[in-house]
Amino acid sequence: MASFNTSKNLPPAPKIHPKSSRDDRMMAGAIFVIGLYLVIALALPLYTMLSKSFTTAVFNLQNYEFQVNKGDGWSEPVSGYQINESLSLLKPDELITSSDGRLAATTFFPDFNFRSKTEYRLRQLDENGSFLVGTQRIADTEWHTYPANKFRRIVLRPSQSSGIDNYITYFSTPALFRSIQNSLFISILTTLITVGLAFGFAYALTRSRMPFKGGFRLAAMVPILVPSLLPGIALVYLFGNQGMIKEVLFGEPIYGPIGIVIGSVFFTFPHALIIITTALAISDARLYEAAVSLRASPWKTFWTVTIPGARYGLISASFVVFNLVITDFGLPKVIGGQYNMLAVDIYKQVIGQQNFEMGAVVSVVLLIPALSAFTIDRYVQKKQVAQISSRSVPYEPKSNRKFDMICFFYCALVAVFIVGLIIICQYAALIKLWPYNLNLSLANYNFDVMDGGGWSSYYNSIKLALLTALTGTLVVFFGAYMVEKTNGFLFTRSAFQFLAMMPMAIPGMVLGLAYIFFFNHPDNPLGTIYGTMVILVVCTVTHFYTVSHLTAVTALKQMDREFEAVASSLKQPFYKLFAKVTVPVCMPSILDISIYLFVNAMTTVSAVIFLYSPDTALASIAVMNMDDAGDIAPAAAMGMMIFYTNVIARLIHLFVTRKLMKSTQAWRTRQR
Amino acid sequence: MGIKILKNLNIAVCAVFLSMVGFSNFAGAATDLTVYTAVEAEDLKKYAETFNQDHPDINIKWVRDSTGIVTAKLLAEKNNPQADIVWGLAATSLLLLKSEGMLEPYKPKGLENLDDKFYDQDPTPSWVGMDAWVAAVCFNTVEGKAKNLTAPGSWKDLTKPMYKGHVIMPNPNSSGTGFLDVSSWLQMFGEKGGWEYMDALHNNIARYTHSGSKPCKLAAAGEIPIGVSFAFRGARSKEAGAPIEIIVPQEGVGWDMEASAIIAGTEKLEAAKTLMDWSITRKANEMYNSAYAVVGYKGIAKPVKHFPPTLLSKMIKNDFAFAANNRKRILAEWQKRYDSKSEPKN
Repeated sequence: MASFNTSKNLPPAPKIHPKSSRDDRMMAGAIFVIGLYLVIALALPLYTMLSKSFTTAVFNLQNYEFQVNKGDGWSEPVSGYQINESLSLLKPDELITSSDGRLAATTFFPDFNFRSKTEYRLRQLDENGSFLVGTQRIADTEWHTYPANKFRRIVLRPSQSSGIDNYITYFSTPALFRSIQNSLFISILTTLITVGLAFGFAYALTRSRMPFKGGFRLAAMVPILVPSLLPGIALVYLFGNQGMIKEVLFGEPIYGPIGIVIGSVFFTFPHALIIITTALAISDARLYEAAVSLRASPWKTFWTVTIPGARYGLISASFVVFNLVITDFGLPKVIGGQYNMLAVDIYKQVIGQQNFEMGAVVSVVLLIPALSAFTIDRYVQKKQVAQISSRSVPYEPKSNRKFDMICFFYCALVAVFIVGLIIICQYAALIKLWPYNLNLSLANYNFDVMDGGGWSSYYNSIKLALLTALTGTLVVFFGAYMVEKTNGFLFTRSAFQFLAMMPMAIPGMVLGLAYIFFFNHPDNPLGTIYGTMVILVVCTVTHFYTVSHLTAVTALKQMDREFEAVASSLKQPFYKLFAKVTVPVCMPSILDISIYLFVNAMTTVSAVIFLYSPDTALASIAVMNMDDAGDIAPAAAMGMMIFYTNVIARLIHLFVTRKLMKSTQAWRTRQR
Repeated sequence: MGIKILKNLNIAVCAVFLSMVGFSNFAGAATDLTVYTAVEAEDLKKYAETFNQDHPDINIKWVRDSTGIVTAKLLAEKNNPQADIVWGLAATSLLLLKSEGMLEPYKPKGLENLDDKFYDQDPTPSWVGMDAWVAAVCFNTVEGKAKNLTAPGSWKDLTKPMYKGHVIMPNPNSSGTGFLDVSSWLQMFGEKGGWEYMDALHNNIARYTHSGSKPCKLAAAGEIPIGVSFAFRGARSKEAGAPIEIIVPQEGVGWDMEASAIIAGTEKLEAAKTLMDWSITRKANEMYNSAYAVVGYKGIAKPVKHFPPTLLSKMIKNDFAFAANNRKRILAEWQKRYDSKSEPKN
């Protein structure tokens, strides 16, 4: 009663409009700009690709009309549809085809005989339709008369339509369908092996005091420095029919699942290692101190402190490896033999049969793992809590002779495997004619007389890599910051996160094709970047967005949100906090992202294979083309050039990181 | 003094004038022509240089890739073509482009000098051929001896049990050479006989490659002793010192040709026509002849080193329209029969 009176007597309460601060508006603008980049570089081309997968071709029989003259004058015009209905020749699903489908006109005349004197007339009524006389294309809508002997050479062309027919064709073709099973098998097996090996390696690096840590770290990064098909080449030299140690496989062929798994473990290892090391590197020493004071056994501490702390990194790494393997096409192409995988199917459809629609369908099938990865990633992320609060103490491993020795031998074993394959490649590149002339020569380095664009492609690659590293790091880190540390804009942030996860699942070849369809469309105002270095940079940054993004997010997650709260209570704008605290704290990760982008731009093949122009041929494509032509040794030689370039870049990175560590990361070690 | 100034002025004017002439000459005549090609990379420089001896005003910008990729690229760019002209792409691919209406018909000067197999039979041809590219079998003699294999003499020989696991050929679904082989078998042995032959051959195939030159390179490296590939590749590998023999199966061999065509809608039609005209000259054909034993120009072909002499007489009468119009059906059938196995044959 009293409250009733109060509200009646007082003036109505003012409605609260939360005032958006300048910070919020700037952040909204920044999210919008970065979001727009991803929409243009990823969502729209993919949409074009998706609509391509629903583009079908059908023989529209109503558009064709026939007349027959058996010597007694022309019969009434009758459409192909009417003939088909009355004679029930073709079932509806037999009229569905692909864009290069052809249907013989004689199909409609079961009594056709090319020796007869009968004449045939044919016209088509669709303005965009056509038929072929042998190879000659008739696209007008006039009547054309042909003697029987010529009429047998006439084929009808389909007209464009849309529907799910491509998918029906796909799932009813066992050869294509089987690839799903194969791809899943290889990817899951590789993921288990790689994540297991990488975790052991990362654990040894972060939790032991074994010697030569820097050397091992460098050796483990080697695979990231070479194109994914290079291990394939090395495996051929090792285990092929003329291989150096082929007896090891007991007669099993290296061409097939064995080769793909070994090669995949090789090239995915560093990707998993980066993420797991980041997750293990920053852990709160107070938790371990607590464990010790509670007298927990090391085994128990491992399962209750270490694994839960690294859980997020392990899961991320699993998805990254899984998706890398399932979308890679270079390696299965070199060493896969008859073992069909989805990504190679795309290659076969697009390159071998120019069937873009079916290529798009296979790509869409490949997207399913990405969507699952995204869903599970979101689920795990919700459970993740910041590991470093503003009161955290970094963990520093103590010396333990026995444990350190085990770690050392384990890492040495992995390092020998990795470095061994690379040495084989270098050896292969220097041999004159394997296995008949083992003299050493530099002839294989004479790239100018081989496929792929010669030495200039090598310089183009360096240019691309530098540009990608610079622009990519900026876009990725800023984007990740926006997703992680802003408040509100929940929908935009989720959408952004979704887009950022996508590239991992997009086979480079699909992305490249999507770019052609999207950017080369006559009505696209952005078409001017087609055929330039810009489109290669955009494509490469987008293609490698996910791992960079995950690295940035993992680093940012370890910073407590309290930093933001403190900054805003001190009335500091977000960009100041970003520049003065966030960037310096995350500097190691930022440098990791830039080197990751650099080396991947050097090694990427599939994404750019459709996009390069005469002025922008790339070294990695040269490797691919030379291997394709069977010039395996020169391919290995160019692959090694990429490797050495990346080694130099990597050494510069190491040097800069060391220097920066001293100036920005001193807080990580306790002052003594 | 005055004279001196006048003289200097004169020189200056002359210099400006000359440089303007030079500049306008340069700006007016040098045309960049974007040429898509699948010609072997090692020959590209020579092709451009020889062409520029006669036409220094046209600057060729190559886009080179394997046949499949160039074809896919051209088709993908269908609505906004980037190429001005195609110089050296499989005729089968050009037929595909032609059926999409992407080629500009043009009758180059001197067409009557070409063998009529070598150009499109429309009144105004859409494409003209350069040279033929003939199937052949590469046989590694060293590995053959080690494995007690006799050299095969015919396609039928390849189905003998002793070659089990020792034959490699390109997958027709990813390689033009592979399709060329399959279509030639279907044309030679008939539809039924052709598939029966391939059923038998399949039992001996170690695996199918994605590229047409790779089987011969693998034979040259001893990886698989017998590679179904093409003669040109075999000759190159033999020249490089590989212990291989190039065998022409006695039933006859399939072939395709490298051909050229103007892309419809090019803004540089005149320059493209100049290149088309030049591409069928005697000089150009002699240049093709340095690597290819069979060229389009009548009566000038000289034997090429390492090419088997019987090659020419064994080329089948290839029906390109049959190959183009039945391609989809043949590839689907092939895939159904031989590509559905998930494991390599042991």
